[in-house]
Amino acid sequence: MTEKNGLAIEVNDLTVAYRDHPVLWDVDLEVPSGVLMAIVGPNGAGKSTLIKAMLGLVKPAAGRVIIHGKPYSEQRHLTAYVPQRGSVDWDFPTSVLDVVMMGTYGKLGWFRRPGRRERDVAMQALAQVGMEEFADRQISQLSGGQQQRVFLARALVQDAQVYLMDEPFQGVDAKTERAIVDVLQELRSQGRTVVVVHHDLETVREYFEWILLLNVQRIAGGPVEEEFTEENLRRTYGGRVPFLNTGGGAAGGSGVSSPELKSARSR
Amino acid sequence: MAIPLTELFTDYTLRTVALGAAALGTVSGSLGTFAVLRKQSLLGDAISHAALPGIALAFLLTGSKAPFVLVLGAAIAGWIGTLVVMAVVGATRIKEDSALGIVLSVFFGIGLVLLTYIQKLPNASQAGLDRFLFGQAATMLERDVIVIAGLGAVALLVTGLFWKEFKLLSFDRDFGATVGFPMRFVDVVLTSMLVISIVIGLQTVGVVLMSAMVVAPAAAARQWTDRTGGMFILAGIFGAVAGVSGAMVSSTAARLPTGPTIVLCMSAIVLLSLTIAPNRGLVWAWFRRQHARRALRVDAVLRDLEALAGQHATPGHGHPLATLEAMRVGHGNVSRSLGKLEERGFARRLPNGDWALTDRGAREAARLHESGNGGAA
Amino acid sequence: MIAPEVEIQVIASVVAVTCAIPGVFLVLRRMALMSDAISHSILLGIALGFLVAEDTSSPLLILAAAATGVVTVALVEVLNGTHLVKEDAAIGLVFPALFSIGVIIISRYAGDVHLDIDAVLLGELVFAPFDRLIIDGMDLGPRILWVMGTILLLNVIFIVLFYKEIKLSTFDAALAGALGFSPAVIHYLFMSLVSVTAVGAFDAVGSILVVALMIAPPASAYLLTDRLPWMIALSAGLGVLGAWSGYWLSYALDVSVAGSMATMTGVIFGITFLLAPQRGVVATARRRVRQKWEFAATMLAIHLLNHEDSPDADEESRVAHLQKHLRWDPAFAEGVVRRAERRGWVINPSNERLRLTDRGRSVARETTSA
Repeated sequence: MTEKNGLAIEVNDLTVAYRDHPVLWDVDLEVPSGVLMAIVGPNGAGKSTLIKAMLGLVKPAAGRVIIHGKPYSEQRHLTAYVPQRGSVDWDFPTSVLDVVMMGTYGKLGWFRRPGRRERDVAMQALAQVGMEEFADRQISQLSGGQQQRVFLARALVQDAQVYLMDEPFQGVDAKTERAIVDVLQELRSQGRTVVVVHHDLETVREYFEWILLLNVQRIAGGPVEEEFTEENLRRTYGGRVPFLNTGGGAAGGSGVSSPELKSARSR
Repeated sequence: MAIPLTELFTDYTLRTVALGAAALGTVSGSLGTFAVLRKQSLLGDAISHAALPGIALAFLLTGSKAPFVLVLGAAIAGWIGTLVVMAVVGATRIKEDSALGIVLSVFFGIGLVLLTYIQKLPNASQAGLDRFLFGQAATMLERDVIVIAGLGAVALLVTGLFWKEFKLLSFDRDFGATVGFPMRFVDVVLTSMLVISIVIGLQTVGVVLMSAMVVAPAAAARQWTDRTGGMFILAGIFGAVAGVSGAMVSSTAARLPTGPTIVLCMSAIVLLSLTIAPNRGLVWAWFRRQHARRALRVDAVLRDLEALAGQHATPGHGHPLATLEAMRVGHGNVSRSLGKLEERGFARRLPNGDWALTDRGAREAARLHESGNGGAA
Repeated sequence: MIAPEVEIQVIASVVAVTCAIPGVFLVLRRMALMSDAISHSILLGIALGFLVAEDTSSPLLILAAAATGVVTVALVEVLNGTHLVKEDAAIGLVFPALFSIGVIIISRYAGDVHLDIDAVLLGELVFAPFDRLIIDGMDLGPRILWVMGTILLLNVIFIVLFYKEIKLSTFDAALAGALGFSPAVIHYLFMSLVSVTAVGAFDAVGSILVVALMIAPPASAYLLTDRLPWMIALSAGLGVLGAWSGYWLSYALDVSVAGSMATMTGVIFGITFLLAPQRGVVATARRRVRQKWEFAATMLAIHLLNHEDSPDADEESRVAHLQKHLRWDPAFAEGVVRRAERRGWVINPSNERLRLTDRGRSVARETTSA
């Protein structure tokens, strides 16, 4: 076994099929500790599935997931998950604080109820995302961006080493996007690893230093400066990359910009 | 209610019925909270119908009509019905609604076959199983109440124990799995509690209508509270109130079947909750809408005044009411909106009856423009 | 005169076919449980009709019942529209309330006459042949046969007239709306038809069997075919089969006819569920196993291709390595390698290190570029 030191996440040969339809083919991934990584790829590329398979929510046909040197099943406590905002019913009768406290449930274990300490931790996390005054709100009264920040706070409460986030920027306002990015960078500065399914190619360079380009297979992966190239994007998005700004190439702040991209962001 | 309260304490039968109905109403009502929150309202209908063959088989196999035996049979059959629904949905392209429909009608059909078979048996002890169709509170005995209360207490206790796990399951199952809870097991426990809360009511409410006792209290309770715990408690109270009042009315009046009477009491509570519950109720929503509409109208008139002011060099130039009304044909009472603006100091009435924008009004109009253009964050 | 047993079976067959036609669309539109709701709440219509007409054979009962069915659908939608409860709860709130009112009216005001609740739930198919339609002293057969025949005709006419529209609005309501067919109009027309069908069938077989006949045969047919016309025909056929076999079951055991028929539609569904050639559980499981091996062999080829030019190619192509990284157990891994060898996708020269052949390479490339 070639156990590489300093790797936060190591995925080997992950293959996932829904019924008879392959969604991911033999994906390898190595993420060093303490980086912000974006997973990009077209719709249906298997980005969310990759995250779910890493978390054991989807059973892979083959492959393994190593978190900080041990299989995921032994390292669950080091991992936090931020699901897509649309995956839950926001009309559920519960408060913002209650949702955030769910992040403490794993440590609490069976039957124990959250108490004052869990409450304090949750309030801190809410403050970190700028939502402390919403603690007692019913969750249906939140805007999309606020909902996303609540989910982020719930993951912060878990105090994990590895954060896996499924489209945290989807449909959020500029203010929330800024707030989330600030939190992600704060996490990185603490040496934690953050993996984000991302849609907006324009902001990849600004927000992330590590990238995985995915389209059912791994197309490329590594440092953004090396791998976020026009060539790799073309291979990832196939013929659907009329938006590549060839003039700028992959150099500069945004090698890519066009209306198509903006629509990709809002999807 | 036409029943003298004293009878509740002196009449043995009435007291038994009231206790039993209160217990089952509390349990099915409160546990229904999770069924409703998980959008499984109609699973209750399938479970209660599926229980019928279980009751009949339990009697056929044991020859006993002891409440615990029958309830156990009902629970096992109800569980099997649930499993069939899950298997059909999981293994084929048939959707949940069809799977539920098949289970409830086919299991019920099997139950009828068994019931009619039992009726043809030579010994006469079989009488009375058909009360499970529509329920009969009047036949409730102390031992029935003990079974209802005992099983109900177990269900409530388990729910108390698993409270945070049940909440996690209902709100965000995937997240629950990632923090380390075996969610399938939690699901099995919760579904078992739902099955218990249904089967203990079958004798009183009947298989045909028992699902209403699971759905209705929770649906009513949701209107009054925004917390899961509050909903759970309130649903229990609503269930108990409907159970007791329905059971009392039907045991004292002639030819008033118990199940339907309880369901109607419950429906009345639902109707009341949907209309008058604060915040969510329809009456409140209507008032809120009216209020919002009026505010919009006032804002619109303010903008009109501003637009007119822009056409004149002199600030404070007046504009006749008719002009403003022409700008807002069909948009309600303009002079009332102007009155509101005047109250808030945004507009003033000139001596000649015309209306003019004040300085504050101009600032407010500017603010409206700003918030209308991009402050939606 | 024809023997009552034969007439009962004829009646049951007509009821089964009549229920199957709207049932197909209920199943496809994911509204199966509306049949449950409608078949229960029409009791209120029957009760109200009886209060007014004071005669159980008055056509007013049928009209009122059908109207209640449509009212049920409308009430569910109104409740849905308030967003105060979810759709499943809306259904679960409406029909028990309406049904309860119906039961209470009947037991209070009509308990002594022919309308009793058991009959409503369970139907009285056995007595149906004795209620005859007699005009000018001519015996034209059981009345229910004429009623159901008429409703069947209505169903057929509706489906023939609106086949295109209803198919479109079933599979793509948005497109149907865009093309100018109002999904709402079709929806209510269709729901009226379901109500009328339920009312007619209800008299003969009771409300529970109405649900069984509307849902179980179409669901079985859905597992047997992908084509809508076939699905309708198969549903009708399976419904008739369920009715007949149910009748004989009830005859043999001397038990409830409606219950036996519902049971048999369930048995038929169970058999299709297990044994349907394409979509049955057995066929699916066998296909899964085959696919699993197929899939694994392809995966092996892709895996080798992905690592062919990388520095760790040597490591990644070891059979033992497959067990660790792919998490295949040794027996499975060996089986997959053997399968891939047989197809000429890989060779295993050194017995430990696998090498991809040209054929294997092209298979891997084709799969991943698709």
